[in-house]
Amino acid sequence: MSSHSETHQRHILPLGLYLNVFVALLTFTAITVWVSYMDFGVFNLLVAMTVAVVKASLVAMYFMHLRYDNKLYTISFLLSIFLLGVFIILTLFDTLRRDDIYDIKGGTIKPNAAMYDNRPPVDTTGEASAGN
Amino acid sequence: MSNSTDHEHPKHLQHHFTTSEQQQDSAKFGTWLFLLTEILLFGGLFCAYAIYRAWNPELFHNAHVHLNTPLGATNTVVLITSSLTMALSIRAMQLGNKKQTLTFLWCTLALAGAFLVIKYFEYSHKIHLGQLPGKWYTYNGIEGTNPHVFFSIYFLMTGLHGIHVLGGMAVISWMIYRTNRNEFSPAYYTPIEMTGLYWHLVDLIWIFLFPLFYLIG
Repeated sequence: MSSHSETHQRHILPLGLYLNVFVALLTFTAITVWVSYMDFGVFNLLVAMTVAVVKASLVAMYFMHLRYDNKLYTISFLLSIFLLGVFIILTLFDTLRRDDIYDIKGGTIKPNAAMYDNRPPVDTTGEASAGN
Repeated sequence: MSNSTDHEHPKHLQHHFTTSEQQQDSAKFGTWLFLLTEILLFGGLFCAYAIYRAWNPELFHNAHVHLNTPLGATNTVVLITSSLTMALSIRAMQLGNKKQTLTFLWCTLALAGAFLVIKYFEYSHKIHLGQLPGKWYTYNGIEGTNPHVFFSIYFLMTGLHGIHVLGGMAVISWMIYRTNRNEFSPAYYTPIEMTGLYWHLVDLIWIFLFPLFYLIG
């Protein structure tokens, strides 16, 4: 027990490793911004999310030391992300398939919520067309 | 158990722990459990994001061009750099270098502040144009129904994240104060390490928020 504790207690990572991870994170950020200006259809979301997962893994493994720590932390971290995935996917099964059996379920629950539709067109000091 | 009385008793070791290692492991696991609840907190909002984007893919595309990608990318770099300086401040304390720890903690604090300043400019521009959540939405230049939905989720998620950055700044300031009081050493730096874990999670969440809002293809 004590020998195990000592090994992960005294783990000081070399400076170069931190800097390499930092450069990798910056590179991936540049890649993901560059890809967003291309048009790959559905693959845009796929690439953006893959890059985000890779960046998140780098931060978790090296900056948060998960790679060198007790595996209990990694397991509980991954388990919570897995359960979050289950939660989101099961919710989407419902919200995306509501009108498969009864058409009426596909309608807007609260039509008045579409506030943009019934607002008269106002020109807000010409800013509207300027955008950002 | 019995050896704890005649063993050396460091000041930081609380009486209900047998060893420093046990105390550190407990603190770390407790922090991780807290981080998991943070993931669940943001998870509900990520779920709302997924539902509304799946329902209104074009709206999300038309609305996201009104976010300022260069500012968002700058903020991503700022947060990643602050994560690096946070990690380096812990490393400096592991090596017993108090001065370097303080320098890196101050850098982290300054970068966190820079993140919020950039966020302030983004928010004030949107408030000025009326690109606001729900019933406060008055902007008139986005195609499609209910563009306020996008800005509701945008302000909720980035706002909650911003509050976490503020909280992080408070804790980092407290760590600077405690480091100044010589409370930490290579034998005991757990509070800085736990602050680091929290700060990296704030960075992790931004790593997902950035592509999901600013980089919709």
